[in-house]
Amino acid sequence: MIETIINVILFAMLVTTAFAIVRTTRLFAVVMLSGVFSLLTAMLFVTLDAVDVAFTEAAVGAGISTVLMLGTIALTTRSTKAPTRSSTMPLVLVVLTGAVLFYGTLDMPNFGDPNAPAQVHLAPHYLTDSIEEIDVPNVVTSILASYRGFDTLGEVAVVFTAGIGVLLILSGLRRRREEEEEDEA
Amino acid sequence: MTLEFFLGHVNYWLFIILMMTGFYIVVSRGNYVKKIVGLNIFQVAVFMLYISIGKVTGGTAPIFPTDSQGKIKVDPDIVYSNPLPHVLILTAIVVGIATTSLGLALIVRIREEYNSIEEDDILEIEAAMAHAENEEHGSAMGGRA
Repeated sequence: MIETIINVILFAMLVTTAFAIVRTTRLFAVVMLSGVFSLLTAMLFVTLDAVDVAFTEAAVGAGISTVLMLGTIALTTRSTKAPTRSSTMPLVLVVLTGAVLFYGTLDMPNFGDPNAPAQVHLAPHYLTDSIEEIDVPNVVTSILASYRGFDTLGEVAVVFTAGIGVLLILSGLRRRREEEEEDEA
Repeated sequence: MTLEFFLGHVNYWLFIILMMTGFYIVVSRGNYVKKIVGLNIFQVAVFMLYISIGKVTGGTAPIFPTDSQGKIKVDPDIVYSNPLPHVLILTAIVVGIATTSLGLALIVRIREEYNSIEEDDILEIEAAMAHAENEEHGSAMGGRA
């Protein structure tokens, strides 16, 4: 019961934050609100038993991505123009997509159902045999580093590629700026 | 629609509301930083949906208790939530920050080139550039100008 109340309160806060992000035109406030959103998400993950995901979301979502976005608005601009286009088309699109997704959830098993297909296939193996096979108390760790280690290797490859991409896109930024200033001077 | 069905599915619908809020930001707002924030909201809502699929009623986080020597104690009475969605979403969060940082780097580069990060301004500049190019080379290429 208490869990449901916590969930409802967290949801109300999440939706309020998201709507505030829609309305705000100052980018600094938008970035801060997105940090708040990530932190609330982390709390929700704790109530859903995903403590490792909550840690990661708090560190990456509320920490690193907020810092990156602050860096971006420091290099670009701090405010946005008020939207000029009409919002009917986006609204229709969003409502339609939402309706399709809603239709999709009607077939899903109940929330928390222990006999749902997701629960009976692979998870019991990890929960019963990983003590023998891996001997690590945290099952998430044993899956991440051992059973699905290649997944994590692929993830490292993606992060490496993204890092190289960012470096290539931003390389010479300072040099070009200095040249521009010299031209103006 | 029974109450049980409603309570069992209302979580999914709330996630869809969050997801669609993020989607709305992406399609209706012209500022690129805001679009990225909207994309993040969308993404996080998908993560929530995934994690909620792994939740088992009365379950706890999938970490085994250990005794004072650090040996794992096996207790068949404890119900654990499904650890597999957690692992998949851990990977997805890190990949998400990688794509976000790439997008933000592109925004910095766009601002350098166009001196604006608003979609409307950039479309206008692009149209003007295309027009000027057509003026300059159009007749040589057999175009309208």
